[in-house]
Amino acid sequence: MVANARLGTVWKHAFAGLAASFLFATPCSAAQPSEIPAFKSVDSMEARVQGCVTCHGQSGQGTSNPYFPRIAGKPAAYLYNQLVAFRDGKREYPPMNYLVAYLPDPYLREMADYFSKQRPAFEPKQPSEAAPATVARGSTLVVTGDPGKQLPACISCHGASLTGMEPGIPGLVGLRASYIVAQLTRWRTGGRQAPEPDCMKRIADRLAELDVYAVATWLAAQDPPTDHSPAKANLQVMPISCGSQKPAP
Amino acid sequence: MRKGTRIVLVALVAAVVVVAGALALFMPGYLPVIPGAVAMDPTTLTIRKGEYLARAGDCVACHSNPGEKQFAGGRPMATPFGNLYAPNITPDDETGIGKWTPDDFYRMMHNGVSRDGSLLYPAMPFASYTKVTREDSDAIYAYLMSVPPVALKNRPHELRFPFNQRDLLIGWRTLYFKQGEFVPNPGKSTQWNRGAYLVEGLGHCAMCHTAINRLGGSKTSQEFEGGMIPNQNWYAPSLTSNREAGLGNWSIKDIKDLLQVGVSHRATVYGPMAEVVYNSLQYLSDEDVEAMAVYLKELPQRDSEPPPTSSARLVSPDVMELGRKTYAKQCAMCHGDEGKGFPPSFPPLASNQSITMASPVNSIRMVLNGGYAPGTMKNPRPHGMPPFSHILNDEEVAAVVTYIRVAWDNSGTPVKPDQISELRKIIPE
Repeated sequence: MVANARLGTVWKHAFAGLAASFLFATPCSAAQPSEIPAFKSVDSMEARVQGCVTCHGQSGQGTSNPYFPRIAGKPAAYLYNQLVAFRDGKREYPPMNYLVAYLPDPYLREMADYFSKQRPAFEPKQPSEAAPATVARGSTLVVTGDPGKQLPACISCHGASLTGMEPGIPGLVGLRASYIVAQLTRWRTGGRQAPEPDCMKRIADRLAELDVYAVATWLAAQDPPTDHSPAKANLQVMPISCGSQKPAP
Repeated sequence: MRKGTRIVLVALVAAVVVVAGALALFMPGYLPVIPGAVAMDPTTLTIRKGEYLARAGDCVACHSNPGEKQFAGGRPMATPFGNLYAPNITPDDETGIGKWTPDDFYRMMHNGVSRDGSLLYPAMPFASYTKVTREDSDAIYAYLMSVPPVALKNRPHELRFPFNQRDLLIGWRTLYFKQGEFVPNPGKSTQWNRGAYLVEGLGHCAMCHTAINRLGGSKTSQEFEGGMIPNQNWYAPSLTSNREAGLGNWSIKDIKDLLQVGVSHRATVYGPMAEVVYNSLQYLSDEDVEAMAVYLKELPQRDSEPPPTSSARLVSPDVMELGRKTYAKQCAMCHGDEGKGFPPSFPPLASNQSITMASPVNSIRMVLNGGYAPGTMKNPRPHGMPPFSHILNDEEVAAVVTYIRVAWDNSGTPVKPDQISELRKIIPE
């Protein structure tokens, strides 16, 4: 028995070693973490967005840092609106405000297009540690909404598979709970704004603090979809009018 | 008539026909009439000139909130004495400068006195603008009168006592303000004089590149010798020292590129200077930027401090090794193993004066916060550097900044981890 158990441990170690060597052999793994600057040619968009990679990863997949969001595959107009808002101080986050302060519109659009087209693999989901009632509340808010509180379901605007909707609504998959909580809190306090009618502001105001936590932990615990692309614009009628869905001027 | 003569005559006639034809084809004649086109009247020309000069003076940077109506003011300017709010300079009669006359405007530019007789705070660079000619002042005035008026009340300044007492400015002016239009130096070229006029006048370069003392004044004897920019916590390098941003051994092309394009083969602008290039210098003509370059290159070189001693440059081997490893992992991709970079996309660090100058503040801030060069007409898609504040700890940042200051024959001095933790507390801007 003892010998067998020992053998079992050895096997486990060997298997772990094999798995590890396999992991190391995969491209974009530990050999070259995605937050370290790297590019093939200097005169390329890839080289030009190196200013983003220590926080958002080489392809916008995010990094191990729990706060910085995945930006890959989000609709281009959403990313562009955020870059402009950061540049003009309408969305406040000093490290971003500083980085893009002196970049012209066409270039910000090009950066947004670049990351909107990236399709890197998703980071592992975050298992929820919330109480079952909270998990249930999160699931309800995301999938069906709460008509009593005039809260539409997240999926009715952020897409059935939560990959966002063209042109201006971001995907919510692959975001970590801490980021979602921080953003919903900013919507509530006015630190984030969208063009009027500011639909997200109205919704965030109706969310209780526990709702914010419930939604964030539930979203972060979901399996990513196979198709990363945002939903097409206006296939569905949105339950609430959003300024960010208007065509750009 | 002999046959030969006849041939010559025919050839001559042919030549005359060809020349006449060519003349008919290529003589300028009348300008073609373009329907709807009108020659620019003197007023338009003045306003256009004023717009250009307002760019050279970078009025927009302080008198507009980013993303909002131009020249409507309201932008806070943090000073060591409290917040100032730049006023509305649109031609709104009630809240702007709509009721100002050209004389009022010139007195403000030239003497630092507002229309109602109150003294301006020197955040308005009238100590530089006093050099602007009456003709140029009138053109800027004409331009400002032509922009859309915006009704927006000026926000009162939030200055601490005693700095909120404007009478104190009389003392400040006695110490630091010398009124007077630019006087050309007859011993120098027209180009040099144009450069001097722009740098010392509208460009108001001395506002940052001359050290500001505790009273918010700067001494002409230390002009362009560099200094910390109050509240922004960037170091504006000396323009007179070849160990800082002295341009004595730069080519005119590199100086021009740095000013107008934002990047060059020697260095790149970030921080407050990126704002100046973005809002002002990129709009100046090639001739004017070249004139500024000629003037700046000829600034007399004087070093306020001796070069660092060899003992001040000593680095412990452990720090050097940590710096080298960090550099190889995080920096070498863009700046190269030998610190040569990929200019002008990624700036060189070897033999880069801004890396080795006495103050390491700018290098430390770049490592912590990264930065993009400004997007300009001649470089609309600049490369950028990512922040490392969340990836490297104080020891690693200190080691890597030390490394780039002393590697590849760079002549800088080591920096200490506590300098890094101080600068971490500052909000990037």
